[in-house]
Amino acid sequence: MAENNRAVVKLKEKFASSIIEVVEFRGEVTVTIRKQDLLAVLAFLKQSLQYNLLTDVTAIDYLGKKEERFMMVYQLYSIPHKDRLRIKAAVSEEECRIESATQVWGTANWLEREVFDLFGITFDNHPDLRRILMTPDWEGYPLRKDYPLQGPDREPYKGRLS
Amino acid sequence: MGVDNPLGDNIITTSLDALVNWSRKSSIWPMTFGLACCAIEMMATGASHNDLDRFGIIFRASPRQSDCIIIAGTVTKKMLPVIKTVYEQMPEPKWVIAMGACACSGGIFDTYSVVQGIDEALPVDVYIPGCPPRPEALLYGLMKLQDKIMHDKNSFGSAIGLGNRIESAAA
Repeated sequence: MAENNRAVVKLKEKFASSIIEVVEFRGEVTVTIRKQDLLAVLAFLKQSLQYNLLTDVTAIDYLGKKEERFMMVYQLYSIPHKDRLRIKAAVSEEECRIESATQVWGTANWLEREVFDLFGITFDNHPDLRRILMTPDWEGYPLRKDYPLQGPDREPYKGRLS
Repeated sequence: MGVDNPLGDNIITTSLDALVNWSRKSSIWPMTFGLACCAIEMMATGASHNDLDRFGIIFRASPRQSDCIIIAGTVTKKMLPVIKTVYEQMPEPKWVIAMGACACSGGIFDTYSVVQGIDEALPVDVYIPGCPPRPEALLYGLMKLQDKIMHDKNSFGSAIGLGNRIESAAA
């Protein structure tokens, strides 16, 4: 019943060409959009549909599972309407950058820094893009699937007797 | 004890050593420094039920007034420089207690962000296993540290600038 969702109806009217997929699972609506139109869609969702709270920004690493390696995820909440919406946008490894959402929600500042820190996705027009959790001199992006769990300077774990 | 112990092992100096050791072990002032859940157990040990004060163990809020640092919790690589700074600010003589599995070996956190045991950075005197150790275990560890301090040699000599303090393991 994602078709009846107020956001999906409006987005289909206004951004028909940007929408790649609309999925509903257990009452959670997820809209996958094209990366180029991200900022326009997010600004529209905030200004016209009152999704005024950005709950979380995160990313998924689909290493070897999908053509475009990363998927950005934006969790939105509308305080006046009391409903949630999830926006996704694929980011490829070759062009590992996406427009920053800080112009729409100030909260995106630190949340995007976390994604930059742990996944290495660059955010264009971000006011202060630097590491937030790891030390400033850290090399690599720990939440990427190809990052060794015990760190690059250690022999990988090979079972109990290793 | 050779060149390290210029005052020798006679009845006068060993008695003076014992006096210095006794006063040191009876007033171990640990640094107030908690890192994770072990710190909660450390606070419980310091509170009235277990009461560390009866051993002369009084938590100090400044490293300049501390004799001992209890590494109570998971040490992340980001926290390590801070711990090193605090340790370096403590005056000699100073002791380190690794409290809990994480401080001893990294514990369950066998990952890129966690130091695999504080002994990679600081000289640890007492290791206390447990996740987290119960207050009794911490008390036992502190009493082991008191044992160790009582076995120090030339503590009087080193206090007046003659030779170095000779440490040995607790009995």
